[in-house]
Amino acid sequence: MKSRSLLLSALALGSAATLAYAQPALKKGLKITLLPKNINNPYNVIETSGGTEAGKEIGATVKVVGPSDAGASSQVSYINTAIAQRQDALVLAANDANALLPYLARAKASGMKIVTMDSDTAVSGRTLFVNQANSEGIGRAQVQLLGKLIGYKGDIAVLSATPNATNQNTWIKWMQEELKLPRYKDMKLVKIAYGNDDDQKSFTEMQGLIQAYPNLKGVISPTTVGISAGARYLSTSPQKGKVMLTGLGTPNQMRAFVKDGTVTAFQLWNPSDVGYLATYAAAALVSGQITGKEGEKFKAGKLGEYTVGKNGEIIVGPPYTFDKANIDKFNF
Amino acid sequence: MKALKTLPGWETTLTVLVIVALLGGGLLSKDFLTGQNISFLTANFSETLLMALTMTLLVIVAEIDLSVASILGLCSAVLGTLFAAGVPMPLAILAAFMTGGLAGLLNGLLVTRLGLPSLAVTIGTLALYRGLAFVLLGDRAVADFPQAYTNFGFGTVPGTLIPIPIAVGAVLAVLTAVVLHATPFGRSLYAIGSNEVAARFSGLRVERTKLLLFVMSGLMSALAGVVYTFRFASARGDNATGFELGVIAAVLLGGVSIFGGKGSVIGAVLAVFLIGLINGALTIVDVSNEILTIVTGLLLIGSVLVPNLIARAQAARQRRRLRGEVVSP
Repeated sequence: MKSRSLLLSALALGSAATLAYAQPALKKGLKITLLPKNINNPYNVIETSGGTEAGKEIGATVKVVGPSDAGASSQVSYINTAIAQRQDALVLAANDANALLPYLARAKASGMKIVTMDSDTAVSGRTLFVNQANSEGIGRAQVQLLGKLIGYKGDIAVLSATPNATNQNTWIKWMQEELKLPRYKDMKLVKIAYGNDDDQKSFTEMQGLIQAYPNLKGVISPTTVGISAGARYLSTSPQKGKVMLTGLGTPNQMRAFVKDGTVTAFQLWNPSDVGYLATYAAAALVSGQITGKEGEKFKAGKLGEYTVGKNGEIIVGPPYTFDKANIDKFNF
Repeated sequence: MKALKTLPGWETTLTVLVIVALLGGGLLSKDFLTGQNISFLTANFSETLLMALTMTLLVIVAEIDLSVASILGLCSAVLGTLFAAGVPMPLAILAAFMTGGLAGLLNGLLVTRLGLPSLAVTIGTLALYRGLAFVLLGDRAVADFPQAYTNFGFGTVPGTLIPIPIAVGAVLAVLTAVVLHATPFGRSLYAIGSNEVAARFSGLRVERTKLLLFVMSGLMSALAGVVYTFRFASARGDNATGFELGVIAAVLLGGVSIFGGKGSVIGAVLAVFLIGLINGALTIVDVSNEILTIVTGLLLIGSVLVPNLIARAQAARQRRRLRGEVVSP
């Protein structure tokens, strides 16, 4: 109890500081639903834990619900439920940019504020989009990292999630843009494979890539499921240390593979920050601190101040590269 | 014979269970028994309801169609591809129905002409049709359909909260029920399902009937595909992946015997509602998806187990009585 009241007073101080700054205070007792792509994916668990943390700080009731598969329409019943439960805000990572639009329009009409995180819907579906990093930055950074790892020479492949994943596809588009630069003239993207964010499928796809392309020097897997399954295959393959695997993964998942030399370096932002910021953004919307217009500013607890960008986009920060030297500093 | 009549009608049991689910949901959450919520809930199982109707007929003749959700996906992909290519919407819809009909015809021909088990055939075409859907659309999703069409999938019957696809499903359910329970064709399905050899000897055209049912199943899946596409305003190759299990679960829970020869449309329809309502009630109190799946699984096992136990008890009683009759004179 003591530590909790201490924490509360610390929070009170924090919000007092916010008050001195910003317009209306965050409302208390907000009801916010967090709807990740699916609930069993470790990435999504970390992401929503950030939202839950933010909810505790601002005295909101945050619930995490979601489907166990990442199908296009699996999220619809949860949107409907949020409407029936009269939630103040819905924070979601969309499985499909369009399939949710009619339902989100209905949610909006019922007075709910909609914030997407991580994987956006069409702009009309939401007011704000909290993006981990800008898609261009992520796509380009992945190719830059792999280029460095393979000395800018050889065949490369991408091991993605589902063929429909909005975020993955945008990153891949930017990877292809980056590859057009003269620096990469000796690197050739030979295949984009899809592991469907399924561990076993990603594993066999990685196996397939290595067997099909003898000159393969590097693989980018911009999905936490794909990169760890790929690394698992690679760690027991004779190609270990010869084929460079990089992409987006979490430190806890990748620690063993970085330590045993299967993977040299990979990237990510802190997913917990994404959920945290999105929840703050939703609360700021409901409380009337912001409306979603470009240039509006709001405070997001420990992450500091953020500005709403073009089309309601808010960027958490640039991707971070994890390697042997720094991975032990992270636990998520 | 008397013992058979005392068998509690499964449909009555299901009706009671549906009411229990409604009231139970209402007790669990005050937000459950609102017109709006029930409207949302029922809209969500539109496609399952549609496909369950023809699945009922197929299971009654002791066949099965596991490819229904893949046909749905394929028809959605055909619709989307053609619309994106500038084909007028009515023609695109027509093409989707033709695709569904052809897919059903192929299933039916493989089963009736080559004499292959429908379970094996439709596991194959499940993969085949889904694959074709991905060939057509790949990673693309076609959206931006004209609002008049998306309203068909998303809207409610004017002046009510009844989702349009559910209204369509209700009309088709009545039609299917009339055909099954009140026409010679419908009655012949039970004969085929109970004893195919006997049915053949009594002059029923078993193969032709089965072929027709598979085509109907394909057409119904096409309709479900059109509904799905407009309901979500999104045509994709992976639409409704895995839905076949929900359809089969509903048909079995509805009391349609997996061995053929027994079952009713109303039972299947009630089961669709029951599963949907239970899912909805558990969702609104934020029960996790795993628990939801477990509950559906237990329901299904129970639905196969309970009638089976009743039948066994009755058979045992009858055997005792028969023995009694033999001994007593």
